Amino acid sequence: MHGEGFFFQAFVYLTAAVIAVPIAKKLGLGSVLGYLLAGIVIGPYGLELIGREGQDVMHFAEFGVVMMLFLIGLELQPKLLWQLRGPILGLGGLQVGITTVTGTIIGIIAGLSWQFSLAIGITFSLSSTAIVLQSLNEKGIMKTEAGQNSFAVLLFQDIAVIPILALLPLLATDAVKNITAQTTSDTAVIWVELLPAWAKTIVVLGIIAAIIILGKFMVGPVFRIIAQTRLRELFTAAALLLVIGIALLMGSVGLSPALGTFLAGVVLATSEYRHELEGDIEPFKGLLLGLFFIAVGASIDFGMIADQPARIAMLVSLLIVGKFILLFILGRIFRLRLDQNLIFAVSLAQGGEFGFVLFSFATQNGVLPASLTGQMIAVVAVSMALTPLLTLINEKLIQPRFGTKEKPEQEADKIDEENPVIIAGFGDFGSVVGRLLRANGVGTTVLDVDSNHVDLLRKLGIKVFYGDASRYDLLHAAGAGKARILILAIGDPTKILEIVETARKHFPHLKILARATGRIHAYELLEAGVDYIFRESLDTSLRMGVEVLRQLGFRSYQALRASRLFRYQDEEGLRILAEMRHDRKAYISRARQHIQDLEETLQNELELFGDTPDLGWDTTSLRKEFGEDTSDR
Amino acid sequence: MYEFQNILSAPNEIKISTDMNKILILFAHPALQKSRVNRELIKNIHTINGVTFRDLYEIYPDLDISIRTEQALLLEHDIIVFQHPFYWYSTPAILKEWQDLVLEHGWAYGQEGKALHGKKMFSVISTGGREEAYQKQGYNRYTIRELLSPIDQTAYLCGMEYLPPFVAYGTHRMSPEDISRHRQNYHRVLNALVDDRIDYAKLRRYDRINIDLNAIIITKSGR
Repeated sequence: MHGEGFFFQAFVYLTAAVIAVPIAKKLGLGSVLGYLLAGIVIGPYGLELIGREGQDVMHFAEFGVVMMLFLIGLELQPKLLWQLRGPILGLGGLQVGITTVTGTIIGIIAGLSWQFSLAIGITFSLSSTAIVLQSLNEKGIMKTEAGQNSFAVLLFQDIAVIPILALLPLLATDAVKNITAQTTSDTAVIWVELLPAWAKTIVVLGIIAAIIILGKFMVGPVFRIIAQTRLRELFTAAALLLVIGIALLMGSVGLSPALGTFLAGVVLATSEYRHELEGDIEPFKGLLLGLFFIAVGASIDFGMIADQPARIAMLVSLLIVGKFILLFILGRIFRLRLDQNLIFAVSLAQGGEFGFVLFSFATQNGVLPASLTGQMIAVVAVSMALTPLLTLINEKLIQPRFGTKEKPEQEADKIDEENPVIIAGFGDFGSVVGRLLRANGVGTTVLDVDSNHVDLLRKLGIKVFYGDASRYDLLHAAGAGKARILILAIGDPTKILEIVETARKHFPHLKILARATGRIHAYELLEAGVDYIFRESLDTSLRMGVEVLRQLGFRSYQALRASRLFRYQDEEGLRILAEMRHDRKAYISRARQHIQDLEETLQNELELFGDTPDLGWDTTSLRKEFGEDTSDR
Repeated sequence: MYEFQNILSAPNEIKISTDMNKILILFAHPALQKSRVNRELIKNIHTINGVTFRDLYEIYPDLDISIRTEQALLLEHDIIVFQHPFYWYSTPAILKEWQDLVLEHGWAYGQEGKALHGKKMFSVISTGGREEAYQKQGYNRYTIRELLSPIDQTAYLCGMEYLPPFVAYGTHRMSPEDISRHRQNYHRVLNALVDDRIDYAKLRRYDRINIDLNAIIITKSGR
């Protein structure tokens, strides 16, 4: 610690990230590698801007992983999770089991005791959820076969950490215990550990049930009350509170916080606040994960590596190659296609962040000597740092040799929210549009800011999400990147213009159809570059006008034709006047002239044709000609 | 099948014009999404040089035809085509509305109405019934030419020559191969019309265009 305090540290971390990540992205290396390199550069073996406290930062930043799992849970409907049960239990279970056994055997062959070997083997079987999921998401291949299977394995590993933490102390050997006896005493004993096994199970199940029940029945009403305050930061605070609360709750009974928030995420995946939660948590997750990767980079002990470069290199390659081979074989057994299997096996062939936790824990509990865990932690960190590089090699050099690369778009249908149409505002205006689309089988994602409204609509079985559509993150979460049309049916003209601006900037491919509250608003929308503008009262008032004409004795069809003509001319005039608007003087005179034109046209029609402007149905000229010339018709 | 008979065509009394003819296709199908034949016939039709394709139901879904636009288009083209399924021995509603409103007295016909004089016109129609049905002895009792006489007469009154129609008979039982053959023939006719490679004297003797394309289309050397 250099003593310059929190702000200096924050400055160092943020500068490193802001410089390294864009460079890494530009070079096609991905953000994870960028963060890791930034960490190495500012770390104790680089510029020495951060020292040992990198470890503390890492523990803090691990919370990013917790948030990430919450977000993943949000995207995973319970239905989808159930569909993944095969890969999770089968593939995940086998992966952890076989890797542990193989690792243990290698350890014993290398001359370690079976306890050491088992502890190392089981720890090495875990992969890095943070690195793998972040990379897969960034490449947009989360929804492919490889992505889904990687996710399944990682999920199983995260679950497996709980029993591993429980069983690891049993491997303690007296020799190691004696050395570390003093250090164990100050680790806080979790109260649950004192309970008998059956009670422990009940507590754990109770907590899980509580999360599900709270998520299902409490979160909705609470968020509704918060949403009604219309204070955005309060909603963000509530979202953070939810995640942190669950993490604490899980931690208090010795369960993985990541698993708890994941569960909460799944429960809330069907909630109307899903997109809003996603939008609120996402930036925190991103920052914390970035911090985490920097910390991993900074924590690589180059001193130790320099002492025994050959040994560390051998262990790292043993870990990566060994895991790759086992994963590849499992992929074959589970019928992954070659290209997918390569992505899957390369992605998961590293040690994980739980490795740091487990190795420290093992040392504290006297399972492994500190000298050994130091090396092992270095091996895990290096293998993690190498993963983005290996995926890059696979992607750039190996994959192109197989022409079967799966297009991620094909799987896009799996997420039901990726609808072609997004409707912002589901009041009287938007709901009619939405219902017409629905009746014709067009999928729509609806966003609305009125929480009472949202609640009611959801009770009616309509998929509505709460949120302010002028926010980039919410539009993004609602699938604006993949949608084709954005309908703005909100009643607030300023808000509509705000959304247009956001959408034009971030999603230029979207066609925008906007409701205009009046003429002036229509001009503004035209200037903002909206493709289609619908004045909310035009059609209705014209229909009313038609009815008046009818009541006064006009023929129905004549009245209708007159209103249509009026409408076309009015729309045309709107566009002409929109261009004139900058020159205020021209506008006024044109506007006056426009109204005059309109009146004149209608007047002339009456005088010239008597009833309708449609000359083809008019025999005046024919009768005139017929009087003089009797040749035809 | 007779469309592929190989008769050597000997063009006579043909005036080969160097300038290109422009064709305006007025297409009417109220439910194109359910169409088999017409949808295929119009595939890539807009890519043919010299052809302007107008899908009337798509442009005027509420039947509010812009008379000014339509008249301006007519003036720009040399050959006018009505393409539509043959509903109740006539055109779909929008094409009737189009005739009623666009072909104004004093513009298209009457003493002053000479805007369309000298242009050519023909129909491209698909019928559910087979050719045999459109005979005096058949259940439709009249031939296609007879049933098309209202359009023929409309063209005549507007000073246009009404050419024999292009007919796809028996669409109910048409195989995809047959449909695609009709499309090839149709597009071949359009190309020939644009390039003015049609033996009109011969064509006038046929009941429909697509009886023997090799006979009516002149193959220019050096093209």
